[in-house]
Amino acid sequence: MTGTAVATDVLHVEDLSVHYQTPRRVVKAVNRVSFTLRPGERLGLAGESGSGKSTTALAIMRLIRPPGKIATGSILLGGRDLAKLSEEGMRQVRLAEVALIPQGAMNSLNPVRRIRDHFADSIAAHDRTANDTRIRERTKELLRMVELREDVAKLYPHELSGGMKQRVCIALGISLQPKVIIADEPTSALDVVVQRQVMQTLGTVQQQLGASVILVGHDMGLLAQFVDRLAVMYAGRFVEVAPIREIFRNAQHPYTRGLIESLPTLGEKGIFRGMSGRASAFPDPDAIPDLEELAPDHWVAPHPA
Amino acid sequence: MGTLVGSPQQEIAPREASVNRERLMNFGSYIRRNPALGFGLFIIILLLLIGIIGPLFVDTERSAPASVLPDQPPSREFPLGTDDQGRDLFAVVVVGLPLTMRVGFIAGIVGLGIGTILGFTAGYLGGMTDTIIRTLADVLLTVPGLVVLITFASTVKGTIGIGTMALIVASLAWMWPTRTIRSQVLSLRERGYVQLAKISGMSTPEIIFYELVPNLLPYLAGSFVGAVGSAVLASIGLEALGLGPQNEPTMGMTIYWAISFNALIRGLWWWWLTPIALLVLLFVGLMFISLGLDELANPRTRRTNS
Amino acid sequence: MRTRSIVKRVGLFFLVIWGAATVNFVIPRLSPSDPIRSRLSAMAVQSGFVQTGIEEMVKAYQAKFGLDQPLYVQYFRYLKDMFTFNFGYSLSLYPAQVLDLILNALPWTIGLLTMATLIAFLIGTITGALMAWPGVPQLFKSVASIFLTMSAIPYYLLGLMLLYLFGFVWKVLPLYGGYPAGTVPSVSLPFIGTIIRHSILPALSIVLAEMGFWAIGMRSMMVTTEGEDYMVFAEARGLRKRTIFSGYALRNAMLPQYTSLALSLGRIVSGSVLVEVIFAYPGIGTLLYTAIKGSDYFIIYGVVFMVILTLGVTTLLLDLLYPLLDPRIRQGA
Repeated sequence: MTGTAVATDVLHVEDLSVHYQTPRRVVKAVNRVSFTLRPGERLGLAGESGSGKSTTALAIMRLIRPPGKIATGSILLGGRDLAKLSEEGMRQVRLAEVALIPQGAMNSLNPVRRIRDHFADSIAAHDRTANDTRIRERTKELLRMVELREDVAKLYPHELSGGMKQRVCIALGISLQPKVIIADEPTSALDVVVQRQVMQTLGTVQQQLGASVILVGHDMGLLAQFVDRLAVMYAGRFVEVAPIREIFRNAQHPYTRGLIESLPTLGEKGIFRGMSGRASAFPDPDAIPDLEELAPDHWVAPHPA
Repeated sequence: MGTLVGSPQQEIAPREASVNRERLMNFGSYIRRNPALGFGLFIIILLLLIGIIGPLFVDTERSAPASVLPDQPPSREFPLGTDDQGRDLFAVVVVGLPLTMRVGFIAGIVGLGIGTILGFTAGYLGGMTDTIIRTLADVLLTVPGLVVLITFASTVKGTIGIGTMALIVASLAWMWPTRTIRSQVLSLRERGYVQLAKISGMSTPEIIFYELVPNLLPYLAGSFVGAVGSAVLASIGLEALGLGPQNEPTMGMTIYWAISFNALIRGLWWWWLTPIALLVLLFVGLMFISLGLDELANPRTRRTNS
Repeated sequence: MRTRSIVKRVGLFFLVIWGAATVNFVIPRLSPSDPIRSRLSAMAVQSGFVQTGIEEMVKAYQAKFGLDQPLYVQYFRYLKDMFTFNFGYSLSLYPAQVLDLILNALPWTIGLLTMATLIAFLIGTITGALMAWPGVPQLFKSVASIFLTMSAIPYYLLGLMLLYLFGFVWKVLPLYGGYPAGTVPSVSLPFIGTIIRHSILPALSIVLAEMGFWAIGMRSMMVTTEGEDYMVFAEARGLRKRTIFSGYALRNAMLPQYTSLALSLGRIVSGSVLVEVIFAYPGIGTLLYTAIKGSDYFIIYGVVFMVILTLGVTTLLLDLLYPLLDPRIRQGA
């Protein structure tokens, strides 16, 4: 684990495990993961498909559905353990304190409801006293924050482009000024130009709100440009957690090094260094040891060679 | 089963006799997890057995009119009673139930066959062929089947045999299978493994047999059950109106005669209750099978165990 | 853009009607027996004397009905007749016109079916939606399952059982008819009351047997909808369960359910024919049954055509209303 909980930490996840029950055996999608999120910080969660990063994000939101369940661990937010909250308690925490910006903006909006209804639903779910005028004003304000025209409000999701939909999702995510924003691969389905716009928007609103962000993704280049600290996941476990510059300058774990080296650079055109596909080249998923602090704030899972 | 998943020894181990046993055990454990399917199959097999084992218990000749004393309530001699025209209803059931089921199965198979061929063609070839087939199927679906069948059947009134009946009914049983198969083929066609097969040079028939059909099996089975169900429904509908084979004691004709001779008002409850009860069992059994197959095809409805 | 698809849809409608009419024209002519001759022979036998001049009579009627003309002339006359709803005279109830008989019977059937279908659809759909929703008590789901099982039974089998129970054993509801024999129809409250009393059992047979179908369909639609991304996001935004159920799950699952309704009309009509027969309900079904028994082919063909026409119009209307439910199909985009 990356240190004990400190009072100023926004979020402290301790020993979190998410297990999926399948007919043959239990799959440990997230296997005893611990980390801390500091105020105003941008934490990246990197790893390949299936590493458990999205599951971790969903677990924090308590959105894991059967046959999966949170097997162990605590999720401390402002002194409360989200893992132990009641259904209604968690419902109130969602969006108001921890917001999710989902992957696949293609389908995250309800096709039969207008954009303004999405905002109305979100606000009314947490604030019974909100009246129509206030909701309308707030909707316009939020759309402006993500640089969308006001008249987007009366449109249906299918009338928006991918980038616009993603920005609507961001606007919905910040509508109640949460302390933590979890962005789960928000730009996967978008082209590079739109990606940049969306990430800029995300950064701007984060700063305006003073919120902390957990950015989940597998695009190391994207993560490098956005996050302050990076946690690298493999087979449900953390293998390295450190400030982003430190990772790029001085990655300690072979997996992290493999990820970085696989990024093509301008200087070495035509040379691609992929990672080996053989399972034997990597640590045994069931036997990854706990992280150890090799350097100040630089945690690595001990590895052979 | 003992061996680790992914271990190299698994490929080399002898699998001859153990394969079938393993399949049987897998089937058994699947049935336990899918009770609907098991229950449905159980009912249908039970009904089939009536026709197969029944002749051992009763003389099938007594299903013809004027064989026994008429209007007898159920007794030890006539377990299901007799009807107004002197038929032993137990014999009628033993003879007639298989007939009714046969019409259903024949029409179901023919309907499924036509439907599968058309559905495949439409889904795989696309374009104008697809449009024509799809429009035809959709249009015929909105037409009230029984009403059209009435037109057919009343024109050839009196001369229908079981086989003709099955064919008439089958003529309107192919549309749902066509729709289902077509939409499945459309979604499967673009899947990765199909395109991979194309690239690696598999011929079209090979692709159809080795890649598409195995994935279509639950839908084919589901469509078959649906076709059988609607075929039986249509056939007993025609029979109950008096448009069925006049000389065969099928379940539908039995109902027709019961209504014609006012069995309801005369209190001859065993006459009309017997075919109804058996038909209800048949439909319920088919419904459970189709619910079970639904679950097989759409695992999201699957409830996890423990 | 929209107008083009509307035009196509309406064109399809006319294509179907024309197809049905043509099939209706061809089929009787495939049979070797001639309706007029067989009818007259039957009448002769009934009256008890041998008609020596029967061939002349047949020829006279054939000329009157235009059956002696070449086929293509008959076909165009026939199409014109269909277009003007001229279905001719009933063979068995001559000189009653087929159209009049149909117009007498049609309102009964439409009344019964519309009501029964709507009730079954609403109850079934909502039940199905609730069955797929986790927060609902198990007792409800178990009771609902029993009704689902009933949906496997054809309407009229259920109808027979209900008739026996309520009409015969318990004698609470009338055995047959649309209203008591001998009463004079009038637009009065007591008369409407008896109409409703007589409609209860037929309607109940249809509703009980049909609602399971909608419930099963809706339940499966809801399950499919459950897995959609917008459902996850809705939950992530902390929306109340009720909001998610009605505005997100139900609203989206309704779309294929509605399409299913449009496609099921034919099936429902088919099922209700026999229900009417059992209850001697004065609708299209009983008319058809009487016609079959009496070999009155003109009534049969007239009824079949009218049924297909009515269904075609209803399906067309339902199709045209669909964009109101699904904004993705509306103008633009």
